Amino acid sequence: MHKIESQNVNFYYGENQALHDISLSMKENTVTALIGPSGCGKSTYLRLLNRMNDLIDDTKMTGSIHIDGTDIYGNSTNVDNLRKNVGMVFQKPNPFPKTIFENVAYGLRVNGITDKKEIEERVVTTIEQVALWDEVKDKLKKSAFELSGGQQQRLCIARALAIKPSILLMDEPTSALDPISTSKIEELIYELKNKYTIVIVTHNMQQAGRVSDNTAFFYMGNLIEYDKTKSIFTKPAKKQTEDYITGRFG
Amino acid sequence: MNVENRLANKKRRSQKVAFGIFSFTSYSVVALLFVILAFIVVKGIGAISWEFISEMPKNGMTEGGIFPAIIGTLCLVLASMIFAFPVGVLAAIYMNEYVKQGWPKKIIKQMTNNLAGVPSIVFGLFGMSLFVNKLGFGDSILAGGLTLGLLVLPVIIRTTEEALKAVDDTFRQASLALGASKWETTSKIVFPIAFPNIITGMILSIGRVSGETAPILFTVAAYFLPKLPTSIFDQAMALPYHLYVISTSGTNIEASRSMAYGTALILIIIVLISNLLANALRKYYGKKVKMN
Repeated sequence: MHKIESQNVNFYYGENQALHDISLSMKENTVTALIGPSGCGKSTYLRLLNRMNDLIDDTKMTGSIHIDGTDIYGNSTNVDNLRKNVGMVFQKPNPFPKTIFENVAYGLRVNGITDKKEIEERVVTTIEQVALWDEVKDKLKKSAFELSGGQQQRLCIARALAIKPSILLMDEPTSALDPISTSKIEELIYELKNKYTIVIVTHNMQQAGRVSDNTAFFYMGNLIEYDKTKSIFTKPAKKQTEDYITGRFG
Repeated sequence: MNVENRLANKKRRSQKVAFGIFSFTSYSVVALLFVILAFIVVKGIGAISWEFISEMPKNGMTEGGIFPAIIGTLCLVLASMIFAFPVGVLAAIYMNEYVKQGWPKKIIKQMTNNLAGVPSIVFGLFGMSLFVNKLGFGDSILAGGLTLGLLVLPVIIRTTEEALKAVDDTFRQASLALGASKWETTSKIVFPIAFPNIITGMILSIGRVSGETAPILFTVAAYFLPKLPTSIFDQAMALPYHLYVISTSGTNIEASRSMAYGTALILIIIVLISNLLANALRKYYGKKVKMN
């Protein structure tokens, strides 16, 4: 069974159809890159997976998305629990205006963990997990805003991982970062793959090539091609895909 | 070449003229403020003494102090804030965080703005008929405080809304994406970030409340009271009304002229202190938000 399975998904912002009949499945513990020119619907699709699009007024979705066999748009689905299982990292590093420690602890607290020792343990383990521990261990009580952009983004990844999701959604997580910070995040994605199913939206073709197992190419709200990353980049089946990844448009 | 030079000169000249006008207007605003302040200070400073701020008025309000008016104004500020601050902040949170875009929101918003445009004397009249008569509070701090509270409600709602709007949406999304509920997101993330600016709104309304005369005219203000209020159902004197009284209808207007300026000065000082306090609080909480 696939970890994530979407069938015939259509999505509308008001009258405007942003996704056309998307069917796309992802296996557990794989990294899937969503690529395509701006406005192609890849971020919209990503945000359907943790129902972030619910926050936008006047939208409509048809079709179905199943995670672990459960229809996440079904009536019995609790959105808060879904989002606990499907973590998200945003385009711009957006740590809360809290201390480094509290940024990671926040998710634990809102999910009902009150034991001080458990919170402390999980904060430390998660910060270690994103390879940030050595850099912040002496300033856990300092504001997260004192960190560099790349450190902030790794902190945001830790924040998402602390509540033990099984899926991690990343919406252009390195587009605001310098090359060194970017490579650190990519290394991290590579390691996290063993434990999480990762879906990453990226504008960077090299990045998609480096970090992902599978790649989906979106264009004007349609899924043009979806295959092993290697195949997409070496012998794309569709002309549009080839044109895009070779930089002829987009 | 020559033409180009002339053009460049002309541009520079018109820029200078424009900037000159801009800076003149902005500095005149500052100057005007200082002139008003200086005028009040010069005229009023002579009246100020420990006796003036700590004693009852004497001899038909031509001598003595304005202590009861100061206390009355502070009571009114407190009463109006206890009512208006929670109501205004909660209404603004509801409007900004919960109501979806659409006509109900537009209507609430429009009505709030209209409320802000209602003349203060109308609030006074309304307060008199509702609080004083209908609800039977009589002329009292409660009635006056509620009336003043209604008056500043739109100010508090609007500044709170602006403060909430200024909170970057990605904070809300990040919190919701962690499985936090809307309420947790609002109370634990959005509100603390917006709080320093919300405080500013509150203090601005304190300034407004302490200076308003019309709304307290028929709801609380006393011409002269020989004793301090002991409960919220008592009448009270208040600085702006006292100022009005001794300037227009006192027993001896000429004799109480310097007291009038002294009263004005005290009123300005109270507003000034509350503004300084607002700034300090905002800075303090601004720092604290980042540290938490």
